Amino acid sequence: MAQNKTPSLLIRGGHIIDPASRIDGPMDLLLRDGQVAEIAPPNKIRGNAEGKFDARGLIVAPGFIDLHVHLREPGQSHKETIATGTAAAAAGGFTSVCCMPNTSPVVDSPEWVHWIRQPERGALVNVFPIAAATHHSKGAVLTDFRSLQEAGAVAVTDDGKPILDEAVMREALRTGAQLNLPVIQHAEDTRLTAHCSMNEGPTSFRLGLRGMTVAAEAEVVDRDVQLAQMTGGRFHVAHLSTAEALKPVRRGKRAKVRVTCEITPHHFTLIDENVGDYNTDFKMNPPLRSAFDREAILVALADGTVDAIATDHAPHALHEKQVEFERAPFGVTGLETALGLAITQLHRDHKLPLARIVELFTAGPARVLDLRGRGTLARGSFADVTIFDPKKRWIFDAAKSRSKSRNTPFDGWPLTGRVISTIVAGKVVHREG
Amino acid sequence: MTKAARGSLLGIEHLEAAEILGLLKLARRMNPAKPRALLKGKRVVLLFYEPSTRTRSSFEVAAKSMGAMTVLIQSSGSSIEKGESLLDTGYTLRAVGADAIVLRHPSAGAPHLMAANIDIAVINAGDGMHEHPSQALLDAYTVLRHKRSFKGLQVAIVGDIYHSRVARSACHLLSKFGARVTLCGPPEFVPEVAATLVPGIRLTRHLEEAVRGADVIMLLRVQKERLAGRKIKLEDYIARYQMTAARLKLAKRDAIVMHPGPIIRGLELTGDVADCPQSVIVQEVANGVPVRMAILARAMGKAR
Repeated sequence: MAQNKTPSLLIRGGHIIDPASRIDGPMDLLLRDGQVAEIAPPNKIRGNAEGKFDARGLIVAPGFIDLHVHLREPGQSHKETIATGTAAAAAGGFTSVCCMPNTSPVVDSPEWVHWIRQPERGALVNVFPIAAATHHSKGAVLTDFRSLQEAGAVAVTDDGKPILDEAVMREALRTGAQLNLPVIQHAEDTRLTAHCSMNEGPTSFRLGLRGMTVAAEAEVVDRDVQLAQMTGGRFHVAHLSTAEALKPVRRGKRAKVRVTCEITPHHFTLIDENVGDYNTDFKMNPPLRSAFDREAILVALADGTVDAIATDHAPHALHEKQVEFERAPFGVTGLETALGLAITQLHRDHKLPLARIVELFTAGPARVLDLRGRGTLARGSFADVTIFDPKKRWIFDAAKSRSKSRNTPFDGWPLTGRVISTIVAGKVVHREG
Repeated sequence: MTKAARGSLLGIEHLEAAEILGLLKLARRMNPAKPRALLKGKRVVLLFYEPSTRTRSSFEVAAKSMGAMTVLIQSSGSSIEKGESLLDTGYTLRAVGADAIVLRHPSAGAPHLMAANIDIAVINAGDGMHEHPSQALLDAYTVLRHKRSFKGLQVAIVGDIYHSRVARSACHLLSKFGARVTLCGPPEFVPEVAATLVPGIRLTRHLEEAVRGADVIMLLRVQKERLAGRKIKLEDYIARYQMTAARLKLAKRDAIVMHPGPIIRGLELTGDVADCPQSVIVQEVANGVPVRMAILARAMGKAR
């Protein structure tokens, strides 16, 4: 890359929030050679930078990291591609995304991990593949964790499907522990959720839809926290959605078990009643839960139980979603609305400090997957930066989304807090206006 | 998604009481024996993704007795078998000139999907476990033939409420008119959450409690296959929840016994209850025709 060097960039006049370095105040930032060259109080950075960014009135944060996205390649490029998905990520302020392996074929070999990381994919932000934990994600035979990790996989999971067999999960955690590779679980006891398309409760009863119980999620989390304790493995709960499942996570954290969890913006914003009369843009898995569960999630986001906000960005084509509710695929897009929802719902409505929100997008997820040099603006770390205006009010228009798909429950929503610029390796990949 | 076309009937839940009364009033003026060419030249498509005897034949007779042409499309023997989506089937039917679609579908919400995307009236003839509005209307019509009004009426609904679209529609309708509804059955069929459907609903596990003093007893079919693997055995169900002549005596003397059919004699009710003078089961079927005439007339803007 030496012949195509990114010019240095001085970001001046902004308010830097970098929870990993305990910085929360007016600071300037100099990016050079793909790294953070200097971070200093206003007007203290000397020497000339090739580019300047006026960040007055804006928050300058480490680049956001999304632990959970579906980029749909290989094999499902009618829904999304790595290029379009990462363009949506850049627009949403994410400089790094971790993509799930439930593609076609399943990413269960080092070859596919390499393929995702090839420059030909046209990624606009950093892509960290998460590989399948078992062959074809069938939950029976473990994949070769070591070679997947060597190829660049940052974790393993059978996302979309849970690893139900206790012996297989124990072995996955044990093997992961030896390699310091986290095992991510989509916690759902599918034996209890056959034919279910939403949360079990008054709304599912009213609509005549079969409902997923809270227990179907919580029991799997509970078991796996115990297995993590037993094996010393690193266990991460994907898209946790119920109050009941928070209990084993809290218990595990108190007992120093290596357990972490993520929450999606749709789960901290919406509840099952919002499904209305069969709106498939409100159908995802885990489903929108009760108001009680949402309240518990808001508490857990505030008190530190939750490690990261992750979008579970799951694009689907219009014709796939425009079908009977029970037949529609699970999933909603989320990359472009995550920050706006976090600021609107968590900061404005629930008084969560901005620094905590930034932590949930940066230091938190970096810690979950051990992404060294990311999620911080400490000198020498990667020059990934997200600049946002926490007061900017705007309306999300799904028709203008960078994603290939439009399956969002938030079309037309007024939001507070907007990404102004996204910088990856010192290069501006998104600029608002 | 856009709003459903005028005249669509997707469910009872979102209907105003006045609309329901209007339909029932219109039904009273419909006489299948004296055909009126109210819907002459109209095309009604009966799109049935599930088997049906009563509902289908009754809609067909209702449409024809008003001079409409009917086309029956069933999932077998149509492009549905070739994997055509519900919406594409709807667009096709619209293109051949359908004026209304009567839809029976195993998936809850299928009529809502159709109505939100197609600009002709969609009539829900039963969607999964969700609603069966024409059944609730014909039941209301039948009740009002025997009772002065719904206000304060004690109604017991007995059986598999969980899986029943008939029960959901009935609960919505009855509660809009101030009837007092008691749901009765084992927890598998009457979960606690059923009480949240409409305000003022009561649950009981004891048939005697539900029936005592009742004005109307609505029985629901119990599908044997749904008892399979459940905690409750068939013989236990019969012992505890079968409507017998002795149990019927606990109800008001002029109580009526209703059932949307098909009935299984010896399961949810005994043969003598099915045939007793208080049973209005056959009347319900007959009343289905004028009520569906009213629904179709309204759907095509001929509700005068």
